[in-house]
Amino acid sequence: MPRETPTRTVMVATILCVVCSFVVSAAAVSLRGMQEANKRALMQREILKAAGIYDDSDDAPAVSKQFEVVETKLIDLDTGLEVDESTVDPDTYDPLKAASDPEMSENIPAEEDVAGIGRREKYQFVYFVRNESGDGFSKIVLPIYGKGLWSTMYGYLALENDLKTVAGITFYKHGETPGLGGEIDNPAWKQSWVGKQAREKEDGELVPAINVVKGGVNESSPEAEHQIDALSGATITSNGVENTIEYWLGDDGYKLFLNKRLSAETEAL
Amino acid sequence: MAEAKTKEVLFNPVLKNNPIALQILGICSALAVTTKMETAFTMAVAVIFVTAVSSFLVSLIRSEIPGSIRIIVQMTIIASMVILVDQILQAFLPDISRQLSVFVGLIITNCIVMGRAEGFAMKNTPKLSFLDGVGNGLGYGLILVVVALFREVFGSGKLFGVEILANVKNGGWYQPNGLMLLAPSAFFLIGLIIWAIRTAYPEQVEEEG
Repeated sequence: MPRETPTRTVMVATILCVVCSFVVSAAAVSLRGMQEANKRALMQREILKAAGIYDDSDDAPAVSKQFEVVETKLIDLDTGLEVDESTVDPDTYDPLKAASDPEMSENIPAEEDVAGIGRREKYQFVYFVRNESGDGFSKIVLPIYGKGLWSTMYGYLALENDLKTVAGITFYKHGETPGLGGEIDNPAWKQSWVGKQAREKEDGELVPAINVVKGGVNESSPEAEHQIDALSGATITSNGVENTIEYWLGDDGYKLFLNKRLSAETEAL
Repeated sequence: MAEAKTKEVLFNPVLKNNPIALQILGICSALAVTTKMETAFTMAVAVIFVTAVSSFLVSLIRSEIPGSIRIIVQMTIIASMVILVDQILQAFLPDISRQLSVFVGLIITNCIVMGRAEGFAMKNTPKLSFLDGVGNGLGYGLILVVVALFREVFGSGKLFGVEILANVKNGGWYQPNGLMLLAPSAFFLIGLIIWAIRTAYPEQVEEEG
């Protein structure tokens, strides 16, 4: 059979495609389990890091083992209440996927969209870190994301159980300039957040109160407890982080949930 | 004779006929993944694997490939290899795979891979094509690693993520050179490397006019 007939061309193309797609799907299917385990471990590690309880020493127990102190809850951001398992299955629910699904998310009006994310999922996970005696919670970790200069920055914000003091912050995915905006990964900078007051009382309600300031934080100023030193050379990234916090601790974000939880606790006392 | 040829095929692309320095191919990924040794090294290994295996496979079926669709056939093989590498990285080296992000996928568009498949593997035996792929991957990887070495050491004072120049941010003395972390610095470095290679091998200098 000559090499250049149309039939032969089609045949070669078909065989090649079948073989290649077989190889690719075999790889994808056989490695999927490991990839998903990696993703889960990554999320768990970041949550533990945000809460400041991640043990990265060589003989530390596996991440999933360390994560056992964390209790995951799915909440409805509009009502601030926990979501019933019959409404959404927490095992398969992916907030980031939901954010682009019109059924599962809501449009954010432009004037409220300080974080620049366009749409927000209806339900989001929150992570409660059990205290040492195991009868209550010491910290709560909230997923956050918002626009920086080049990219959407994804991270976690951890609050102490007074629900206003920052226990830690971490960003696990972003595309900011390495060495400039990319310094949101810098441990020293993340450490500067710890102990700051992320929320303050205004008109009888706790509202977001983080301010990223240029030129260093003046520790003697009364505002210092809300201020974070901006990243040098990365004004837009720094503003993006401030706006992200403002959005997620605000009316559209976790404010309702956090405040409801606080008042429930006060009543219980 | 045969042995000399093998050696030439394998080592010529490293310095004498370097895909980046002489053929000026694959520049875009050389800018993107060279801020750190770790990513540059992984990328180099990935490209070596893809060029070698796809050249081998293309050469293996070269007499069966109809001329009219040969580019698409090469592309399909290369793309499959790239997806394979990407999947393996995601499973075994998740952290590095996250840092390399889209650039692993973009090996598909790396002109070196395609160039070797079309320019060499279509005319040579599988064994030679495989070595040619390894050689060109090595040539690419060498430039990547050298560029990354300078960028990581001077840009962040680290080598393979370990601090070697104490950073002022952590109380040391070294003020990192931020430009090194931005793409233009890779252009400067590649330019300097090309200059160095062409000084050593003057026959690479293009004639003026």
